[in-house]
Amino acid sequence: MIHPTPPGTRDILPEEMRELRALEASLRGAFDEHGYGEVSTPTIEYAEALRRGDERYANAAYRFFDERGELLAMRSDMTIPIARLVSTRMPDVEPPIRLSYIANAFRAVNPQRGQMREFTQAGVELLGAPAPDGTAEVIEVLSAALDAAGLTRAVVGLGDADLYRQLLGELGVPDEAGERILDRLATHDLVGLELAVDDVEGLAAEARATLLALPAMRGGPEVLDHATELGGQAVKRATGRMRATYESLAARGVADRVQLDLGLLRDLGYYTGAILEVYDPALGHILGGGGRYDGLLGRFGRELPAVGFALYVERLHVAQAEEERAGAEVR
Amino acid sequence: MPRVVEATRAREGGPLKLALPRGALWPETLDALDRIGVDTTELRSDSRALVFESGGLSLVTMRPSDVPTYVEAGAADLGITGKDVLLEQPDRIVYEVLDLRYGGCRMVLAGREGDTALDEDERRLGGMRIATKYPRVAERHFEETGRRAEVIEVKGSVELAPLSGLADGIVDLVATGRTLAENGLEVREEIATSTARLIANRVSHKLRAAEVDELVERLRPEGIR
Repeated sequence: MIHPTPPGTRDILPEEMRELRALEASLRGAFDEHGYGEVSTPTIEYAEALRRGDERYANAAYRFFDERGELLAMRSDMTIPIARLVSTRMPDVEPPIRLSYIANAFRAVNPQRGQMREFTQAGVELLGAPAPDGTAEVIEVLSAALDAAGLTRAVVGLGDADLYRQLLGELGVPDEAGERILDRLATHDLVGLELAVDDVEGLAAEARATLLALPAMRGGPEVLDHATELGGQAVKRATGRMRATYESLAARGVADRVQLDLGLLRDLGYYTGAILEVYDPALGHILGGGGRYDGLLGRFGRELPAVGFALYVERLHVAQAEEERAGAEVR
Repeated sequence: MPRVVEATRAREGGPLKLALPRGALWPETLDALDRIGVDTTELRSDSRALVFESGGLSLVTMRPSDVPTYVEAGAADLGITGKDVLLEQPDRIVYEVLDLRYGGCRMVLAGREGDTALDEDERRLGGMRIATKYPRVAERHFEETGRRAEVIEVKGSVELAPLSGLADGIVDLVATGRTLAENGLEVREEIATSTARLIANRVSHKLRAAEVDELVERLRPEGIR
């Protein structure tokens, strides 16, 4: 008899489970070693609590009523639950606070493309440590976690979430046109970006060139110089922030792992400043991401600068298998 | 002579893998490759092979609508396909890096010549009956223009639908308009325009940045930027 599970969910059998547990143990080891204590939060939360962190939770995929008629929702990541936890359960704990988690989260993705609706995230949150050192510390932990998982070729992309918003403001681009430009960037549509930029009335030629050149700038520290040459205060401030983080990374010996990327724009609403993405050459999908969210904890009543990352555990596992295969071909 | 090779999934090192669309965009895609010095002799032959190596690239050939699938998964680093395909698959996460400017056509709403059935549908039945190979584009168009339509997905010749009474109109891609005219159909609304696009895998765009950018610059049509 066949009894299916809902779309995007699955059972895990012992052979895979053993490998996943081993992977999680190595990640947990890296988090532990850097002093990040593991926490757990409920799978279901009050929808209102999640929405306080991110308006888009108003449309969360999995919402339902409990027996008292309260609206509940399933978390789609751990960042907002941890922001709630820190302000509610740890109001007097002296910052910086270092927390880690390995937990399941839920999103209504299209499950036909190997993406699951229930998936496991492993990550850390560092609360009360501002940029640039807080950011660099978290990237160092991320680097150690990737090494612990055996993904020594994985690369961390580092961008700046505020760059375009500030640049569009500085250039006086009207809100509506600006939102269209940000949407094209977030959906990686560089052809549409050019059309959206050309639609802005009265934009100077240099401003147009800057808006079109920045998304392609990615690489080593030299891209910060190239970007700064484009001019403007917003670009200067963003490259200044990125340079400070990069220097802190260099001092920690993990700068080689990082690709500076002025084209990064993650679509999660709460990011401010640094944003991260993780790539491995053996896999076509990103392995995880993160960044700073200095405004998020304030929404829960405890103003603390914060930064974190989350890795998709199942994708790390696929990348491990692909790396093993690639290694076998070389030998 | 270009060598016929087997595909591997290895991404690092080795040539960039470029997914090419067989179909309407095929001849101009080969011309574009010729212009950047890629030998397309083997591709132009009657070969049944699907994978070729030429001009420092690994070339994999497929249906245009499969190109975003391969590129999103990283089975190809880059790909060429029509904007119509990308519009129909909006949740694919790929970089759309370049408008190649060829393969120009329009996505239109068409009905029978001189026929008022579409308007009548709206007035009396509250929505049009539309047949299309692009259900998501069609649904989005009616939603954005504040109308309702019963969208019927078909796989083959869409012009048959209004002729046989399956639907009163179609949403389809039109290049010259000849097929429409030959079937007694006329354009009622233009929904979007489409040309060939170069797309890139999200990870390849980052980890093979220099090679990807170099290929983009070589393929960039003259006189643009």
